[in-house]
Amino acid sequence: MKSFLRTAAAAFALFAAAAGPAAAFEPAIVFDMGGRFDKSFNEGANMGAEKFKKDTGTDFKWFEVTNEAQREQFLRRLAQRGTDVIVAVGFSMAPSVEKVAKEFPKVRFTLIDNVVDLPNVQSVVFSEQEGSYLVGMLAAMASKSGTVGFIGGMDIPLIRRFECGYEQGIKAIKADAQILVNMAGNTPTAWADPTRGSELAKSQFDRGADVIFAAAGQTGMGALQAAADAKKLAIGVDSNQNHLFPGTMLTSMVKRVDVAAYEAFRTAKDGTWKGGVQRLGLKDDGVAWADDSYNKSLITPEMRAKVEAAAAEIKAGTRKVANLDDSGACKY
Amino acid sequence: MSTATRTDGLPWWATALVLPVFNIALALLISALVILAIGEDPVGALTSMLAGAFGSGTGLGYTLYYATSLIFTGLSVAVAYHAGLFNIGSEGQAYVGGLGVGLVCLALGGWPWWLVLPLTILAGGAFGAAWAAVPGYLQAYRGSHIVITTIMFNFIAAALMAYLMVNVLKAPGQMSPESRGFDDSVTLPMIHDMLGAIGIETANAPLNLSLPLALAACALVWLFIWHTRWGFALRTVGANEHAARYAGMNARRITVVAMALSGALAGLMAINELQGVQHRLLLNFPAGLGFTGIAVALMGRAHPAGIIPAAILFGGLLQGGAELAFDYQSISPELVVVIQGVVILFAGALEHMFRPALARLFTRSAKPVGA
Repeated sequence: MKSFLRTAAAAFALFAAAAGPAAAFEPAIVFDMGGRFDKSFNEGANMGAEKFKKDTGTDFKWFEVTNEAQREQFLRRLAQRGTDVIVAVGFSMAPSVEKVAKEFPKVRFTLIDNVVDLPNVQSVVFSEQEGSYLVGMLAAMASKSGTVGFIGGMDIPLIRRFECGYEQGIKAIKADAQILVNMAGNTPTAWADPTRGSELAKSQFDRGADVIFAAAGQTGMGALQAAADAKKLAIGVDSNQNHLFPGTMLTSMVKRVDVAAYEAFRTAKDGTWKGGVQRLGLKDDGVAWADDSYNKSLITPEMRAKVEAAAAEIKAGTRKVANLDDSGACKY
Repeated sequence: MSTATRTDGLPWWATALVLPVFNIALALLISALVILAIGEDPVGALTSMLAGAFGSGTGLGYTLYYATSLIFTGLSVAVAYHAGLFNIGSEGQAYVGGLGVGLVCLALGGWPWWLVLPLTILAGGAFGAAWAAVPGYLQAYRGSHIVITTIMFNFIAAALMAYLMVNVLKAPGQMSPESRGFDDSVTLPMIHDMLGAIGIETANAPLNLSLPLALAACALVWLFIWHTRWGFALRTVGANEHAARYAGMNARRITVVAMALSGALAGLMAINELQGVQHRLLLNFPAGLGFTGIAVALMGRAHPAGIIPAAILFGGLLQGGAELAFDYQSISPELVVVIQGVVILFAGALEHMFRPALARLFTRSAKPVGA
C-alpha cells in the first residue's frame, strides 16, 4: 500500500509539473457500458458535453467502458493526464470514482446517478419519482383501456424508483387503473436488448395495455418501436425521445443528464465547481416531462393543465411523491 | 484439432512460431487497411494498440491481469475438450465460482490472505465444479447435449447471481447490486506492491498473486492430462467413448468428473477478479472472459503451453484495444472489436490457410538435399 501511494504521489507530482497554470482546460467524460450513443442515459450526458464543446470550443476527452476493470483504469488514466474535471456517467461508477478520487485529491470528479462522499467529488442524483409521477398522470389520462404498462431495464432500486413514481401518478388520476410491470432482466445486458423490449411491449399490449412507459436504456427502443408498430402510445426516458416515433410517443420522462454534464464542465471551467451532493428534481429542472412539437397532437389542453398543476404542487411541496423506502418497497 | 497427425513435413518450430507470427502480421495488415479506410493513421493506431498492451508497466500489468483470467477459463475449456466435451459454460461456472470465493472472503474478514487463499481456491473450485457437474451428469446419464445445457446454465447462473446480489448480498444503502467490500486483510497482494516491498518500483496495475496461481494450474493440468492414469482415461473417453467403455472405463463417471474439473478451473478465475482486483462481489464480473476462454483454448491447441501465449495475446487485444479507443477518439470501441475479430479470425480460425504453401516451401528446399 505504501509503495502504491508513492507511485500515486509520483504520478501526481509528474502531473503537477506537466500541467502548469497555463495549460488548456481539459474536461473528460467516461460513459458507462450502454455506450455513448444509447439514445438514452449516456447519450444525454454526451449531448451536454457536445453542447459545451459547441459553446466554448473546448474539446473533451471521452471513453466508453466495456468491462468492470476499465472503469478504474481509465478514470486513473484521465486523472494522471491532469484532466481538469472528469464526469463519470452512471451509478456503477461509484466505487471506482471513490477509489481514484482518494488517490487524486486535486482532480475534480462529477458522478452522475450515485453518491460518493468526498470533497473532490460532486454527486448529481435525480428525483426520478417526480418526473415519473407526471408521465404516469399523462399515461392514465391518455389510456382508454384503463390498463397501462411499465417496462424497466435491469431490476434495480433506481428503476423501481421510476416505477414507484409512475404508479403514484397513474393512481392519482385513475385509482382503479391496472398497471402491468415487467423488467427486462437482472443483469446489465437488460439495458441493451431491444428485442426483449419489443417482446415485453407486445405482451403488455396483448394483455390490454394501450400506454407503456419504457425506462430501459436501449432495450426501451424496442418497446417504443413495438408501440409505433401496434399504434399504441409509448413514453420514452432519460433523453427526449419524442422525435423518434412522432404520433405514438406520448411524452418522455426527461432526466437532464445533459444539464448535469454541461454544468460540471462549465463550473469547472469558470472555477465555481463545488463538491457535494446535488439532488435535481422538478424544482431544479432536473427531471421533466417532454412537451414539444412531436407530441403536440397527443396532449390535450386538459391533460397539460392537470399535469402542470400537479408539477406546480410538487415544486411547491404541497403534493408529495413518495420515494422507494430503504427496504425497496413503494409505499404511498 | 488433429495437428499431431499431420504429416506434411513441417518442423515443429514452423508450426509453433512461423505460422502464428505470419498470421498475426497478416491480421494486423488487414486491420491497418480498415483503419486507413476510416481516415486514421494505421501505423500510429496499431503502434498505440501494441504499446498500450505491452509498452508500459501499467499496460503490461493489465494485459497479464486479463491473461490470468483467460488462462483459467482457457484451461477449463481445454480439460473438457480432452474428454470430448465442448464446455460453453465456463462463463457461468466462473460466475458461480465467484459466489464461493466471495462468500469465503466476506465470512473470513480479518484473516490473513495466505490462510484465506486455500479456502477460496476450494470454495471457488467447488462452486464452479458443482455448477458444471450438473450438465456433465445430464450429458452422461440422460443424453442431454452438453453444448445446449452449458449454454442454458450460463443464463441460470446469471439469473441466480442477480437474484442473490439484488435480494441477499447487496450492501444496504447503495444503488449498485454489489456486496460490501472484502476486508483488506483477505485480498491478494498486488504484484507491484510485492515488487515494491523488495525495492523494485513498478507501475500500478491490477496484476496480482493469481498469475502464479494460474501458471501453477497450467502445470497441474499438464501433469493431470498427460501423466496420470485419470488423465489417460479422460483422453480415452474423449477420443472414443465406446473404446473406453470396452476397455472397462466408466465413461459416464469420467464425463461428470471431467466437467467438474473444467468447472473448478473456471471457478478459480473468480479469485483473480474478486479476491485479486474488485475486492467485492459484483454482477457480471466474468464479463465475457469465460467465452473468450473458448477461443484461447482452441488457439492454444488445448495444451497449457499453447494456452499461456494465447491468453496473453487475447489479454493484449483487450488492453491494447481499450488504449487505442482512448488515444484515438475517432476510433470507436466497435472498430476496436472489428480489429480484435480480424486477429482472432486469422490467428485462430484461418490459421492453417498458409500451412500448405509453407509446407511446399519446405519440401522444395528439402528436396535437393535428398536427391
